[in-house]
Amino acid sequence: MTSSRGVGIRANGWGWRHATRRSFVARDLSFEICPGERVLLLGASGAGKSTLLQALAGVLGADEGEQQGELLVDGQRAGGARGDVGLVLQDPDSQVVLARVGDDVAFGCENLGVPREEIWRRVDAALDAVGLDLPRSHPTSTLSGGQKQRLALAGVLAMHPRLLLLDEPTANLDPHGVVEVRRAVERTLEMTGATLVVVEHRVAVWRELIDRVIVLDAAGGVLADGARDDVLAVHSAPLAAAGVWSGFAPRVPARAAARRSPAPLLAASGLDIGRPVFGQRAPILVNSGIDLAVASGDAVVITGVNGSGKSTLALTLAGLIPPVGGELSALPALDRGAGIRPIRWKSRDLLTRVGVVFQDPEHQFLASTVRDELAVGPRALRLSAGEVSARVDEILQRLRLDHLAAANPFTLSGGEKRRLSVATALVTRPQLLVLDEPMFGQDARTWQELVDLLAELIDGGTAMVAVSHDAELARVLAADELHMTTQVVVSA
Amino acid sequence: MSVMTPDIRASAVASVNPVAKLAVALILSAVLLLSIDAVSASVALLLEGALLFWSGISARQFWIRTIPLWLAAPFAGITTVLYGADSGATLWQFGFVSITEGSASLGAAIVLRILCIGLPGIVLFATTDPTDLADGLSQVVRLPARFVLGGLAGLRLVGLFIEDWRALALARRARGVGDTSVLARLLSQAFALLVISIRRGSKLATAMEAKGFGSDRPRTWARESVFGGREWALIGIGTAIAVIAVIAAVSTGNWHFVLDR
Repeated sequence: MTSSRGVGIRANGWGWRHATRRSFVARDLSFEICPGERVLLLGASGAGKSTLLQALAGVLGADEGEQQGELLVDGQRAGGARGDVGLVLQDPDSQVVLARVGDDVAFGCENLGVPREEIWRRVDAALDAVGLDLPRSHPTSTLSGGQKQRLALAGVLAMHPRLLLLDEPTANLDPHGVVEVRRAVERTLEMTGATLVVVEHRVAVWRELIDRVIVLDAAGGVLADGARDDVLAVHSAPLAAAGVWSGFAPRVPARAAARRSPAPLLAASGLDIGRPVFGQRAPILVNSGIDLAVASGDAVVITGVNGSGKSTLALTLAGLIPPVGGELSALPALDRGAGIRPIRWKSRDLLTRVGVVFQDPEHQFLASTVRDELAVGPRALRLSAGEVSARVDEILQRLRLDHLAAANPFTLSGGEKRRLSVATALVTRPQLLVLDEPMFGQDARTWQELVDLLAELIDGGTAMVAVSHDAELARVLAADELHMTTQVVVSA
Repeated sequence: MSVMTPDIRASAVASVNPVAKLAVALILSAVLLLSIDAVSASVALLLEGALLFWSGISARQFWIRTIPLWLAAPFAGITTVLYGADSGATLWQFGFVSITEGSASLGAAIVLRILCIGLPGIVLFATTDPTDLADGLSQVVRLPARFVLGGLAGLRLVGLFIEDWRALALARRARGVGDTSVLARLLSQAFALLVISIRRGSKLATAMEAKGFGSDRPRTWARESVFGGREWALIGIGTAIAVIAVIAAVSTGNWHFVLDR
């Protein structure tokens, strides 16, 4: 791979307002980045970090909003030098363009007009550099999240960029995937000498790789800018307030001293779980022989590698997908006349028994305002209008969503969407709370808030089953861990 | 195996440029749509049957892929036999439903025609990889890359829609609104899927744009779409089938131009 020097960046009072919004998402940004520097970009949700990256990548069209000041890449207006700049985004699924690994890596080179023989040389070198040891013809649809992100990186790398922009590239990955991607980035930078700008809440992932930190202020401008250790040491308090995971030590919430006598809720014995497949009658068996008992006030965290069936187990326990084999029974305290098979329950019966928070919050939104969204469950329970609005008000306040009551759920930021999805499950006061990756992509502040809330619910007698890659979650909540391997289940 | 990366057995037909297959399917349907008679359709169907042997499609795959056709063709035929324009001797009558010699032969002609137009289309595309087709359409037919590759990338999202659809259904059950009528649920779920698809699409567009797609720079092609002797040979065979079918019908006096009464 040829070694090309990185580009320099200069922002002079730069700002951007999306055409659909009234206020500027980024404002008065001034800084200079030297060629080859490795910069970590921090800031609270909504401080304009992603917008800045998109502007640097040249994908913010002039018709998409209003620009303030200037933003220069290599002395030219950002956007003119497309191809010199490579961007990797957060969502692994929406970055794959073509159906085969080799073709997908080649896509960027084709757009740059690289000659054919040279393209395939670059493709092989890029796949090698990111450690993706797969044939060119391998289908992209079968890759894991970590592999997809490395594929995206390979596609960018093959374009020989002089500026590498990463927008939370590891937020949706399991710990193994995080390490894979970081190593690939490290190797890439060593080979190309490209300038790096990475956005990430979790400082620890990139700490050793970066040499400079720029913190954006949500109120506009730059909050801090300097050498890595200086910024992280000096500004730790404001950084923590902004939700940055730097030196953030999760606080173990204060817990109720004694547990009330637990009532058994749900029992699984020899449970086989499977995923339904489109167009096929029989589901694919994902895991089998699972034993688990959940009582009120229990906290269980399900861990395991990708593909071990964590989400499938959560959805099965929640009465949303039928078990493939074995027994799953609701015990009298949970059953309450609805029957012992959760999958047979009516949708309305689920509300007060099991509350589910899905991996992707967008899948569970039904209404056009946050307030109506929260009222869906209570209305389905046929509560009185007064009771509905009392419950909604209470939960809005509890989860700091009151200022967003009239907003459309889809327009919220990632952290706000997550809080809303948790709120929709809590508002009907279920006895068992099932959460699928509730901590994905959360900044440190939201993380702590959710943990405090969950601890309070558990102490109050609610049972919790959460799927999480996050080792801290089980520790902080003092939860039992159910570790799933690809075939055998070991309960600890 | 998936829609985007089908498991295609190597065969004479599979290795031909998809653009040539598209051309053959178009030629056959254009010519065979000109007449409604049993002779041209039967001749074409027989000759096409021979082509099947080079397609490399297993018997099982053949029946699975063409099953809609085997269901649709007899249905259209029976409808024509019962309700088609009457002519010739009446064979059977019940109320206003009548079967005459004319409507019976018209029904048979329609069944054969649906099969002889539908089968080659389905079989030719069962041996085609969508990526190869896109390469051919942009490099050989020279359709705009923006349009062709945009469509190809969008097609990949279909697999995700199926996952989304299932997640939406589960989420509705979990939110307590899964007991409503099927129609209301499907409608609201379809709308939610639309919203989610648009969001996915715009993210994909950003990712493509970030990789330099849609710029004014001339594009190169990593995979060359070759159009040579084999492609012309397949087009020749397809044209020959059409011509022989027409000659057979005209010479036996069965040719019945659709616009003639």
